[in-house]
Amino acid sequence: MSTLEIHNLHASVETDGGEREILRGVDLTVSSGQTHAVMGPNGSGKSTLAYVIAGHPKYKVTDGTITLDGANVLEMSVDERARAGLFLAMQYPVEIPGVSVSNFLRTSATAVRGEAPKLRLWIKEVKESMAALSMDPSFADRSVNEGFSGGEKKRHEILQLELLKPKIAVLDETDSGLDVDALRIVSEGVNRFQADGTTGTLLITHYTRILRYIHPDFVHVFVDGRIVESGGPELATQLEEHGYERFARAGSGA
Amino acid sequence: MPATVPAVDLAPRVFSRDVADHLVPTGREEEWRFTPLKRLRGLTDGSAVLESTPAIDVVAEGFTVDTVAMDDPRVGASLTPSDIIAARAMSVAPAATVLALAAEGSGRADVTIDGRGAGASHLIIEFGPFSAGTVVVRHRGHATLAQAVEIRVADSASGTVVFWQDWDRDTVHAATHHAQLGRDARLMMGHITLGGDLVRILPQVSYTATGGDAELLGLTFADAGQHLESRVFVDHDTPQCRSSVLYKSALQGDEAHTVWVGDVLVRAEATGIDTYEVNRNLILTDGARADSVPNLELETGEIVGAGHASATGRFDDEQLFYLQARGIPADLARVLVVRGFFTDVLGRLGVPEIADEVMSTVDSRLGIDRVAAGLLEEEAE
Ligand SMILES: Nc1ncnc2c1ncn2[C@@H]1O[C@H](COP(=O)(O)OP(=O)(O)O)[C@@H](O)[C@H]1O
Ligand SMILES: [Mg+2]
Repeated sequence: MSTLEIHNLHASVETDGGEREILRGVDLTVSSGQTHAVMGPNGSGKSTLAYVIAGHPKYKVTDGTITLDGANVLEMSVDERARAGLFLAMQYPVEIPGVSVSNFLRTSATAVRGEAPKLRLWIKEVKESMAALSMDPSFADRSVNEGFSGGEKKRHEILQLELLKPKIAVLDETDSGLDVDALRIVSEGVNRFQADGTTGTLLITHYTRILRYIHPDFVHVFVDGRIVESGGPELATQLEEHGYERFARAGSGA
Repeated sequence: MPATVPAVDLAPRVFSRDVADHLVPTGREEEWRFTPLKRLRGLTDGSAVLESTPAIDVVAEGFTVDTVAMDDPRVGASLTPSDIIAARAMSVAPAATVLALAAEGSGRADVTIDGRGAGASHLIIEFGPFSAGTVVVRHRGHATLAQAVEIRVADSASGTVVFWQDWDRDTVHAATHHAQLGRDARLMMGHITLGGDLVRILPQVSYTATGGDAELLGLTFADAGQHLESRVFVDHDTPQCRSSVLYKSALQGDEAHTVWVGDVLVRAEATGIDTYEVNRNLILTDGARADSVPNLELETGEIVGAGHASATGRFDDEQLFYLQARGIPADLARVLVVRGFFTDVLGRLGVPEIADEVMSTVDSRLGIDRVAAGLLEEEAE
């Protein structure tokens, strides 16, 4: 049983025009067995929330706390957070020329698991996970994210999710840029990850369509750097019908 | 008699085997402006006493190996020095080593040049018509070395020559490595420079007939205080030939310095040629400096293609973040990125056993134990 707790989180970024606050008091708790959807308009700060959880150096936390099972996440380096059981599937995964997917995955699994996986078992594990995501085996020889299509990048992120088995996963717009088939394949991967009830997922999305495949237990509306309303799956249905209009007003009025 | 032709920078380039025909550089010349002359230990002004000839060991299959006097007609048959140090090497070296692959032969030679002090060396590598072979020249030990190498790739031959500068940290190595390509000849010439205090190599290519195809590859890793310089000169004076140049350097530490100059001269008569040169530098820490000077001079527009690209970048924080977000510690992430940076050069060199050794040298220079990091898959079981 794991819990990621975020309290009164404020974060800002250095811009040419000085420091700019993007997160303005986020409160959110994600536990194993739960899927939370965070939904909000473009520019509301969703990716910033994801990056701050993962520890991106560009963002400065000015107030609030993040803990994972009571441990202070904000004191950990980026790699320590990952080894502690946090995972971020990025909206825009980074290209790393010359580093093969297979080498990258193995190095990463070795770091997260604390020892190198037994080679034969590892090869089998990777092969099966790739097959489940309809990824061609030749994918393993390509450079990380280099020349990948949008769909390939997202599948590659979910492949890592399945191989690294974090305690809590943050998925930042994993649905964006996917056609229907890819969306289904990727969603099934997330559902497999979430299936045994030992892990928690924070699903960040702009659109409701991924919620046809991944069923959240909680839905949070994110506007202007904070959560303005929380509820069950019915909240997503409302958003599908009426959009963010009503909440955008609530956010700017705050 | 010295021959002079305009250099790409329009200063006259002197070609002569006679040391006296070359001016002693002052450091203001275009060719010398990046080089710390004082650290050359008298190789330019002649104050160096070059009497400790390096030991040369050859393990060859298919190649014949000879030692010939410096008045042998093969010495200087294709190389006329454009550089005072190469001229000095040819005037001081007591003999030349000749590796030759017979017509239609195939072979492989591993040459070790072991530095033992201040000296000069002259090496000749010949690929006979229709032959195919690989020569790896590994430089090691501590030395102050003036060197001239001439490579001749005869008609329709295909040669690979890799020079690996695996010197001790205190070595000074200044050399001209000249290659001449015959009709439809192919050459892959690689330079891997990791060691030494000051290494300055002039890889040069010229063509005697149409259809020559030269690929030049370079991999350099400079640590604190090292000066590692490559000055490529491709002389397109023949129609329908090709050249492709790819040099990459990674640098770390205070006063780590790499220099890459890519002079490509396409003369009026060199119609239908195709040339492209690329230099990429990856700066890992503050205090390191990479100079990159592509120089493409076209005297004819009737060509297939000509281009150059040069980029010097810092270690990318977004790449670092991505790898760290997958649990990989920062120092290991750095190794992965640097390995990735060099992968294409090593892959194209096509000498896998060197690639492995070079990569592990790079790992240890970056402070990583490959087995513990899970990088060595074969040994992970
Ligand atoms: N590194 C940055 N520098 C400047 N502004 C930023 C930076 N990152 C995010 N922002 C700004 O913060 C706001 C929220 O961005 P983001 O978190 O990407 O939103 P979302 O993911 O909800 O679309 C946007 O207005 C964006 O321009
Ligand atoms: Mg976003």
